[in-house]
Amino acid sequence: MTTAVSFQSVSRHYSAVKAVDRVDLDVQAGEFFAMLGPSGSGKTTSLRLIAGFEQPTAGHIEIFGETAEGVPPYRRNVNTVFQDYALFPHLNVLDNVAYGLMVRGVPRAERHRATEEVLAMVKLPGYGDRRPGQLSGGQRQRVALARALVNRPKVLLLDEPLGALDLKLREQMQEELKSLQRQLGITFVFVTHDQGEALSMADRVAVFSDGRIMQVGTPQEIYQRPASRFVADFVGSSNVLPPDFVQRYSGQRGWGSLRPESIRIQAEAAGDGVPARVVSKSYLGAATRVVLEAEGLRINAILPAGARLPEDGEAVVLTFNRENMHVMEEG
Amino acid sequence: MRADRNQRAPLALKIAATAGLLFLHLPILLIFVYAFTTEDKSYAWPPPGFTTKWFAVTWNRPDVWQALTLSVKVASISTAVALVLGTLCAAAVSQTKFFGRETISLLVILPIALPGIITGIALRSAFSIAEIPFSTWTIVLGHATFCVVVVYNNAVARFRRTSASLVEASMDLGADGFQTFRYVILPNIGTALLAGGMLAFALSFDEVIVTTFTAGQQQTLPIWMLEELVRPRQRPVTNVVAMVVVLVTFLPILAAFYLTRDGDQIAGSGK
Repeated sequence: MTTAVSFQSVSRHYSAVKAVDRVDLDVQAGEFFAMLGPSGSGKTTSLRLIAGFEQPTAGHIEIFGETAEGVPPYRRNVNTVFQDYALFPHLNVLDNVAYGLMVRGVPRAERHRATEEVLAMVKLPGYGDRRPGQLSGGQRQRVALARALVNRPKVLLLDEPLGALDLKLREQMQEELKSLQRQLGITFVFVTHDQGEALSMADRVAVFSDGRIMQVGTPQEIYQRPASRFVADFVGSSNVLPPDFVQRYSGQRGWGSLRPESIRIQAEAAGDGVPARVVSKSYLGAATRVVLEAEGLRINAILPAGARLPEDGEAVVLTFNRENMHVMEEG
Repeated sequence: MRADRNQRAPLALKIAATAGLLFLHLPILLIFVYAFTTEDKSYAWPPPGFTTKWFAVTWNRPDVWQALTLSVKVASISTAVALVLGTLCAAAVSQTKFFGRETISLLVILPIALPGIITGIALRSAFSIAEIPFSTWTIVLGHATFCVVVVYNNAVARFRRTSASLVEASMDLGADGFQTFRYVILPNIGTALLAGGMLAFALSFDEVIVTTFTAGQQQTLPIWMLEELVRPRQRPVTNVVAMVVVLVTFLPILAAFYLTRDGDQIAGSGK
């Protein structure tokens, strides 16, 4: 397998701020790779390092085996879909999409043909004459995508591209992005702070915090076997449990992560398990989140629709399968 | 709020507004009238008679042509210098962050806040210390100090409203620095530069104070006019010149007004 993007101990420091700090990373060719993390965690800076808008202060970056340091953005076979789309307001949709071909000197007829083709691919055929100002948010997003894809990049970078869309449109675009990526076979590097988005779309996810990568893995690995308390908490709001609790109820050593949906709530009479008290409940539609207190800890449980819901303040017993208690390597 | 727009103004306000506008613009019409008067020693009202002979007289006076040529030349060069320097400075201040940025911004704007007489004296002293002889170029230098400011102010406002990611998008799509300037930056700031440039040209064209200190024996148009008023000889010639200048400059200014108004809409639509 070819490596599309490789970071070797890459750092980007702004005087005292370590935006990206000694990051090692390999993105495989043809992969849908997500960079997930809270704002200020270094994921966007990492993306800008790949695009060439930032240069590393230390370390080495390769894009398809070629050294990237010192190569300006316009000489990289990499295109970006910007968070604010950055469509050129003075050009119509056709000229926006054809821009990359125009500056490369592709003849007018050919670039118009390629533009119509890619506009059809993003389901905006015949929109060429419109101005960006006349389009809805979702349509602008598609134009931004078309403008990047028309250049046939080896790597497509997406900087929180769905952030400005409403929920329905976002889910639809997630599907479309995923199928576009399969169809074109282009490596996608996708930056998001939305863990649901990262888990549902990506082949692999890198979780960022404070300029460092906390864990890289498939969505299943990240979700089921978080490597640290940060990952457990950030991805899917797991219950992070201290070593003495883990020792007492599962016999293992170290900090534990217990997913809210793997907890069952039983009446107190049922006996065995963790004694707890219900603090509050919130209805989520397909499920109900129950906040409980046990041994001075806040614990979240998610009950599927149809399960018996305990009353607020009710004393209950929590049970879970021991294999669902994942013990993390680091604290 | 919307309803207030449709309310009719009281009559007294209408009269006051009309009077105010007349007060502003009637004197300009007077200048036109005196361009046709037969009386050439004083501005007598009403004019004793009307004639168009002053147009021919003006046409044949070499000093008019010299002053006009010098003014156009100085204003053109100052505006060109201001367009280049003002745009570069605006780009630096609005697109990047660096130590001393606010100070530089203030120092660039300062010349327009300084009284012209201060700028004039300062430049005159500096020229004499540096032993630079007075010439067209010293006038240009003097004018450029305030022309840069108006171009800078216009450009910096437009840069601030233009998303910085447009430049990155252009580079990302394969355009080098020159192409990005040509295809993205210029179309987005063009109308702001046009407005700034025209204002700079106009400021330079009728500047008196700084010019007095930085010119040698040469006369720009406004200085020539002042001299003519002191010497009562063929007075209507001054009026003819003034009238022609007003007519010639009116159309481009009107055009710039409409162009920049549309430009604002285009720049705003991207947000």
